Amino acid sequence: MAYTPEKPPIAESADQLRARIPGWGVDLDPKDRPSVPKLQYQDDLSGAHWTFPERQPEKWPRERSIEHKFLTPVFGTSCPPKGLSGMLRKLAYRKYSEGRAAHWLILIAADRVDAWENHLRSFATLHPDNPITETGVLSEFSRHGVASRLGRKRTDVKHQLLDPIIVAGPWVLAAAGAAYLGRRAAARRRPG
Amino acid sequence: MAWSGQARGLRSAASVVVSADRTERLSAKGAFMRAMVYRGPYKVRVEEKEMPAIEHPNDAIVRVTLAAICGSDLHLYHGMMPDTRVGMTFGHEFIGVVEQVGPSVQNLSVGDRVMVPFNIFCGSCWFCARGLYGNCHNVNPNATAVGGIYGYSHTTGGYDGGQSEFVRVPFADVGPSRIPEWMDDEDAVLLTDALATGYFGAQLGDIVEGDVVAVFGAGPVGLFAAKSAWLMGAGRVIVIDHLEYRLEKARTFAHAETYNFTEYDDIVVEMKKMTDHLGADVAIDAVGAEADGNLLQHITSAKLKLQGGSPVALNWAIDSVRKGGTVSVVGAYGPIFSAVKFGDAVNKGLTLRMNQCPVKRQWPRLFEHVRNGYLKPSDIVTHRIPLEHIAEGYHIFSAKLDGCIKPLVVPNAG
Repeated sequence: MAYTPEKPPIAESADQLRARIPGWGVDLDPKDRPSVPKLQYQDDLSGAHWTFPERQPEKWPRERSIEHKFLTPVFGTSCPPKGLSGMLRKLAYRKYSEGRAAHWLILIAADRVDAWENHLRSFATLHPDNPITETGVLSEFSRHGVASRLGRKRTDVKHQLLDPIIVAGPWVLAAAGAAYLGRRAAARRRPG
Repeated sequence: MAWSGQARGLRSAASVVVSADRTERLSAKGAFMRAMVYRGPYKVRVEEKEMPAIEHPNDAIVRVTLAAICGSDLHLYHGMMPDTRVGMTFGHEFIGVVEQVGPSVQNLSVGDRVMVPFNIFCGSCWFCARGLYGNCHNVNPNATAVGGIYGYSHTTGGYDGGQSEFVRVPFADVGPSRIPEWMDDEDAVLLTDALATGYFGAQLGDIVEGDVVAVFGAGPVGLFAAKSAWLMGAGRVIVIDHLEYRLEKARTFAHAETYNFTEYDDIVVEMKKMTDHLGADVAIDAVGAEADGNLLQHITSAKLKLQGGSPVALNWAIDSVRKGGTVSVVGAYGPIFSAVKFGDAVNKGLTLRMNQCPVKRQWPRLFEHVRNGYLKPSDIVTHRIPLEHIAEGYHIFSAKLDGCIKPLVVPNAG
């Protein structure tokens, strides 16, 4: 035990473990494991036939961390920044390093703005956002939503109650706000 | 690496090579595909999206035949990872068939059946040259602290992922490998992240014969870490979770002792009791950013996004491991600060080891283990979701409905 020199014995011997568990001990030697040693020079550069890769064309000013010396030679081109969220994102990248909380908190805020910008934009299309189908919530009925939770001692059930508020809450508030503003505008137009 | 055994005949073609039956579709301006698309926290849908194109001479376009949803995709789905943009396609676990290759690609040909590591990496930067493929410096302009990952926000480079019909695969000569003839698709897709990461997590523990290994989390990575710990000679493997159906899997699939932390007043005290008050030699955090077990930690991170992740499992790992022991972290965390009990780690003289798994470095050994029957990754697959039902797939996995452990995504499920 912890209070004396010897380690508590293991209940099963190596032979018993080998008999019970397929492959027990096949990687026993700590020096003979794929990621050992940690910094292991790869003589063939893993198939790379360059020492610095050719550069991918930059089709728009690509935002980048100011901790980089230059734009990396290869980068993703999904979802270029646009709108207010895009301005926030560009600000976060241009002004703050990854070491600053402001960098990440602005990016998180931009994500929320981005979601709303896109929800609103979707209402002007033939494919508006639909919180019912996009949350997949109907699978609660087809995939045993109640039975998967009731009496299972799941500790996550407590905070899952917050999920509908997180998802639907802003929509309800936005609808209430729009109704309020609509009523005020109508009242102002009424004579007298 | 001697392992790859891939033909390296030079391709003389100066232009993109495309499979004949798809030439028309790929070259047609405005060609579209079906793809999962993020629409904001807790919301995803399938859209017609522009086909990916060759953007660099060493790119390939892969037609996805099978993908998976990873537990870490849920951090994106829940809006926890900074710079997750509406319109992005997730998915960093996928396999497929090479559809098109860029002019400098030498190691792959159109029609090859390939598995693609979740890491995007160049092979030649200081980090890749030393095997740290998860830390490549040439593929992610958005951050220096993390490498490139498919479909995992702009924080990891802004690449679309593989929960779609087609995907752009950068550095085709470096990342992907041909799938061995004998390997099942479902085993192959799990080798692109979950199995490799679990096995890597056990390695980070520096397990020696007879060690007591505690694995926090009985999701796919935790199950694979537990199974791998035995291969490295563990004397006891203990898995902790709160989902009974996953603990059952830990007992049957990973031969582990299991503890449901909701049944104990304090799981750390229980861990001490079960190890004669020494503590585990090695503890593995296979949970990451959305750990349960402390409501305040969970809500401030997963719901309010004020922490990079809920460090409940990590703090339990730190407190459960013995002094001088090792904590291995393969759970995914965001880049914002988290309330980690660092003082305990210092005072206990712990070794903390962690990284994004360099997947391709694990493959030769894991191929052997799968072929020898020591590891059968597809045993943990519980759901096969047609791409068109992706929203239900995310909800089932996120809400842990229907005994879900590992959902696969099937494009063109017919």
